[in-house]
Amino acid sequence: MKIKSNADKAWDVVFVIVCLIVSAMCIIPMLNLLAKSLSGTDYLVRNQVYILPKGLNFNAYTTVLKDPKYIRAFVWTVFLTAVCTILSLTMTTLCAFPLIFENLKGRHAINVFITITMFFNAGTIPNYLLMQRLHLLSNPLVLIIPGVMSVYNMIIMRSFFYGIPDSLRESAEIDGATFFKILVLIYLPLSKPVMATLALFYAVGRWNGYSDALMYMRDDKFYTLQLLLYNIINNINQVEVATQEGFSAPGLSASLKAAIVMFSTVPILCIYPFLQKYFIHGVTLGAVKE
Amino acid sequence: MAKNSGKKSKGSFGVYMKRYWQLYAMLFLPLTYLLIFKYAPMIYVQIAFKKYSLVKSVWELPLAKNHGFEYFIQAFKNNDFKYALRNTLTLNLLDLVFGFPAPIIFALILNELCFVRFKKVVQTIAYMPHFLSWVIIYSLALQLLAPNDGLVNMVIKDLGAEAIPFLNDEAHWIGSYIGFGIWQNFGWGSIIYLAAIAGINPELYEAAAVDGAGRFRKIWHITLPGIKPTIVVLLIMSLGNILGGGFDRPFAFQNNLVMRVADVIATFVYRVGIKGLQFSLTTAVGLFQSVVGVFFLLMANFISRKLGERGIW
Repeated sequence: MKIKSNADKAWDVVFVIVCLIVSAMCIIPMLNLLAKSLSGTDYLVRNQVYILPKGLNFNAYTTVLKDPKYIRAFVWTVFLTAVCTILSLTMTTLCAFPLIFENLKGRHAINVFITITMFFNAGTIPNYLLMQRLHLLSNPLVLIIPGVMSVYNMIIMRSFFYGIPDSLRESAEIDGATFFKILVLIYLPLSKPVMATLALFYAVGRWNGYSDALMYMRDDKFYTLQLLLYNIINNINQVEVATQEGFSAPGLSASLKAAIVMFSTVPILCIYPFLQKYFIHGVTLGAVKE
Repeated sequence: MAKNSGKKSKGSFGVYMKRYWQLYAMLFLPLTYLLIFKYAPMIYVQIAFKKYSLVKSVWELPLAKNHGFEYFIQAFKNNDFKYALRNTLTLNLLDLVFGFPAPIIFALILNELCFVRFKKVVQTIAYMPHFLSWVIIYSLALQLLAPNDGLVNMVIKDLGAEAIPFLNDEAHWIGSYIGFGIWQNFGWGSIIYLAAIAGINPELYEAAAVDGAGRFRKIWHITLPGIKPTIVVLLIMSLGNILGGGFDRPFAFQNNLVMRVADVIATFVYRVGIKGLQFSLTTAVGLFQSVVGVFFLLMANFISRKLGERGIW
């Protein structure tokens, strides 16, 4: 092991400090939010809550949990995210798998057909008019079908499939296995990393997306959590559950808003660290050009 | 398949289909999906050149004035659109100048850390903002930057200075918008550069060390050239997207006080098109954006190839 000079050691320290500052900048907003959601009204009104809660209580959380509008949006978004993720993974697999066979006739034309959609988008209004024509406006399916497959994610999966040795499937082909069997028995069991990555990408996309609900959904029964959150933050049709509990409004609404944001964030923050080793690989695969 | 017209190859085509039909069956749903949701909307692009009416089908609509270019002319006479176009370019350009280098610098710093566990923890924390929606990021921004009860302004006031209107004043808003853009993406963006750095031949560093190169000379002469192809490809994509940009981020951050600098093409189209029902005008705007976007992408790719770099295709 080579000996480091003093200057080198000093730089090591500088880099560690920079990383600590950067990490703090990521965490402090979340801590501040958590503190506000757990703090007492008096402290919030007097602007005394920084990154630790003062006057610890769970009123904001119990209020949110008693609000049927919020619970409805939460359950609906969880359901929507689960359905979308499963459908999206299925569609993506069905698209990616056939394209790895070089002797598939018309493969080049299909690839061109798919790639064009990545470069040219008809635009917001043509998409809106199409939804209108298909009678999808305000239909809950509009939050599922139009975004069911991302070509970018399909390319990630295809790159992953290319990485599986041909010899595995060739021996199966010689044994007379059909393509469905090859997919289900050979490719899918080996594809856990890419499936986990794309499941995360699709789930996060659906959980966090709100523009489709904003544009296509008139019926607030089917508002997604993020759209509800948008309306709450911007005081559009605000949930008026707070006042009946007898708290002074500004303090509680600050902690209430914070609690709602926490509820909408925590599910994803609990999942992503466990999938880290997978999605790092997935992002890298997406960058490989064919 | 035109080659297979002879009798013998017809037979082999039957043999081929008997085996390969399953692959086409798999492709059926995804390709139908793309046809309906990516290609069919292109039929409606023609209303950019036509007078829109609810009762007629798009094919029967009469051509707009000025050989169909009426709505493009109207758009460029429209002050709101001119602001939106200017803002789209400005905000994307600022994102490029400040947001593009951030992940590269972060990746270089992470690569210099010697404690693997510490590096892992920092990475996990830095990826977190990428998983937050723009609505949540904006609500975090409000909690941090609000003039009265925002954390940052509370600290500023504790230090005896005046509160700063981070989100309510035009110039400050731009700074906050760009800042949170960097905040959201620097960690996630660094993944790809870290992968590229991991792919550099370690012998190069050993040889440089033998030649007496210090830490920064190694970064400058080995690491940066090693990740240059990745940087170029991502730069081309960003340049190609200079007139693009999503809807979620600007829409979440907008408020009435800053609309003059915050309205971008995507939000203009939503407001004037879907809310204001001016379908032809906003379709024209969208078409302009798409076509210029493809043009920018082709240009960036062309220039990078001329400079001897790999293009993106």
